[in-house]
Amino acid sequence: MSEIAVAAPNNSFVASRRRQLVIALIVFAAIALIPRAVSDVYTMNVLILTLLFAALSQSWNILGGYCGQVSLGHALYFGIGAYATSILFVKFGIVAWGGMLAGGVLSALVALALGYPCFRLKGHYFSIATIVIAEIGLLLVHNWDYGGAALGIQWPFNPDSWWTLQFARDKVPYFYFVLGLFAVTWLVTYAIVESRWGYWWRAVKDDPDAAESLGVTVFNSKMGAAAISAFFTAIGGGFYAAFVSYIDPESVMHFRFSLLMALPAVLGGVGSLWGPAVGALILIPMAELTRSYLGGTGSGLDLVIYGLLVMVVSLTQPEGIMGIFKRSAKKADAKVEA
Amino acid sequence: MSSGPIVVCEKVSRRFGGLVANDSIDMMVRRGEILGLIGPNGAGKSTLFNLIAGSFPPSSGKIMFDGRNITGLPAAKLCALGIARTYQVPRSFDSMSVIENVTVGAFVRYPRMLQAREKAMAVLDYVGLSNKADAAGSELTPPQKRRLEVARALATEPKLLLLDEVLTGLTPAEARAGVELIRKIRETGVTIVMVEHVMEVVMPLVDRAVVLHLGKVLAEGAPTAVVRDENVIAAYLGDRRRAA
Repeated sequence: MSEIAVAAPNNSFVASRRRQLVIALIVFAAIALIPRAVSDVYTMNVLILTLLFAALSQSWNILGGYCGQVSLGHALYFGIGAYATSILFVKFGIVAWGGMLAGGVLSALVALALGYPCFRLKGHYFSIATIVIAEIGLLLVHNWDYGGAALGIQWPFNPDSWWTLQFARDKVPYFYFVLGLFAVTWLVTYAIVESRWGYWWRAVKDDPDAAESLGVTVFNSKMGAAAISAFFTAIGGGFYAAFVSYIDPESVMHFRFSLLMALPAVLGGVGSLWGPAVGALILIPMAELTRSYLGGTGSGLDLVIYGLLVMVVSLTQPEGIMGIFKRSAKKADAKVEA
Repeated sequence: MSSGPIVVCEKVSRRFGGLVANDSIDMMVRRGEILGLIGPNGAGKSTLFNLIAGSFPPSSGKIMFDGRNITGLPAAKLCALGIARTYQVPRSFDSMSVIENVTVGAFVRYPRMLQAREKAMAVLDYVGLSNKADAAGSELTPPQKRRLEVARALATEPKLLLLDEVLTGLTPAEARAGVELIRKIRETGVTIVMVEHVMEVVMPLVDRAVVLHLGKVLAEGAPTAVVRDENVIAAYLGDRRRAA
C-alpha cells in the first residue's frame, strides 16, 4: 500500500519530465525549419539576435531566476567572451570555437573570483555590486591598449567556413549556431533544475537560512550557479564577436547588454524553463523594429518601452508571461479533478 | 559513543553586544529523550537552541554532538551530521510545492532525484501531508506549514530534532495532533529538543525539562519536579517577597 503511494507520484513526475523534453525537441525542430521559409537578410538578422538573447537570458536565468541572485552585470561575461574570442583569433589565429571555450572558462573563473566577495551581499546590494563591477570592467577595457582600447578589434575577412565561424554572404549558418546554443542552454537548465543543484538554488532564493539548516551549502550553490551562468554568457559573447566581426568596448560591454539578458527572463517569467525565450521573442524584435523605424541613433527608446513592459508585467503578473500559462494549466487540472 | 549523551554544552556563552543571552550554560541532552527547553521570554532559550543548530557560533564554550566537537560548525554541516531544526515562524520555500520543499531536505541523504522524491513522499505520508504534496508551499494553513517544517527536517534523517515552538498558537485539537506526531517521531529513535514557553503544553510530553532564566540554567529535572521548584515559580510569576 505505502509502496504504491510512494511510486505513483514519481511515475507522473517522470512522465511530465519526458513530456517537457519531447515538446522542447519539437520546438527546436520547428525553429530549425524557419530558414527554409525566410530568405530576407534583415529578418534573418533579427531572428539570430532573438535566439542569441534567448540563449543569453536562459543563462542569466540560472543565476538570476533560479538561484535568485539578480545580476545586472552580465555584460562583463559577455564582453569577456567577445574579447577572448576576438583576441585569440585575430592575434593568435585560434579558431572561434577554441576562443569561445576559452572565454567561457575564463568567464566562469572570473565569476567565481567576483562571487567570493559579492555573494556575501544580499538582494539589492548584490545587484548594485554587479552593475559597478561591470562598469569597472568596461572602463578597464576602454583603456586596454593590447585589446584595442576604445578602437576595438576588427576581424580579418576570411572565406566562409564553419571552422572560423565566418560567413560573409549567407547568415543561415549563424542561425543554426545560435539555435544550437539556445538548445544547449535550455537542455542544461532542464537537466539541472530537477536535480539537487536546481532544488538547492530555488531553496536559496526563497529562504537562504532555512536552506542552510537543511544541509544546503548556500555559498557554494551560488558560486556554482554563477560559474555555469557566466560560462554560457561568454560563449554567447564569443559568438556575437564572430557574427558582427568587429567589437569595441561599447558594442559588447555596455550596460544595455546586462539589461537585455535580464529583461527577457523577467518579462517571460524568472525561474521558468521557457520564460527567457518567450521574453526574448517579444523584446528583441521590438528593439530591432524601434531602432530601424524610429531612427538608429541608439536613443534608447527601446529601453523605455522595455521599462514600461516590465513595469506592467511585474505589477499585473509578477510571475511573468509563463505564470499565465501555469495558472491556466492549474485551473484545467482542477476542472478535471472536479 | 552511542550510549553517552547526544548533546553536551560546556560553559556555553553567547553575547550580543553588551547583552549576555547565554551565560556559561552547562547542560546535556540524553540520547532518545524528549527534552523541553523552557523559561520566560528573554530567558535565552532561542539563543541556546540556535547555538546547537549552528545558526551562529557561541562567544565561548564548547558544544559536543554525538561525541564530536561541533562548536562553530555551519548549519549545513550540522545537518549532514544529523541535526535538524524547525523555525518558530514557519519558513517554507514558497515558490516550491510541498513535495519539492521536503525533497530539498531529502537531498542531504539521497543525492539522486528519484530516491530523494521517494523519501520525501514517504515523510509526507508519515506526517499526514501527502494529500497536499503538489500544493504550493504558500497555500498551506499555518498548522500545515508547521507540519511541512517537521517533514522537511525529518527528510534529512536526523538523530537530533530541534523543534522551536511548534505547538505554540495551535488550537487544542491541532496541538493534540502535534503532540501525537512528536511522540511517534521519538519512537523511531530520534532525540528531540523542544523550545516552548507554554508550560501546560510541553510538560506532559517531555521526559525532562531544562529551565532557563536570564541566560542561566535555573532548574533541571523531571517536569513534575521542575514546576514545583520555588525558583522556577518565582521566575515565571515574579518574586512575591520582592514584589511586596
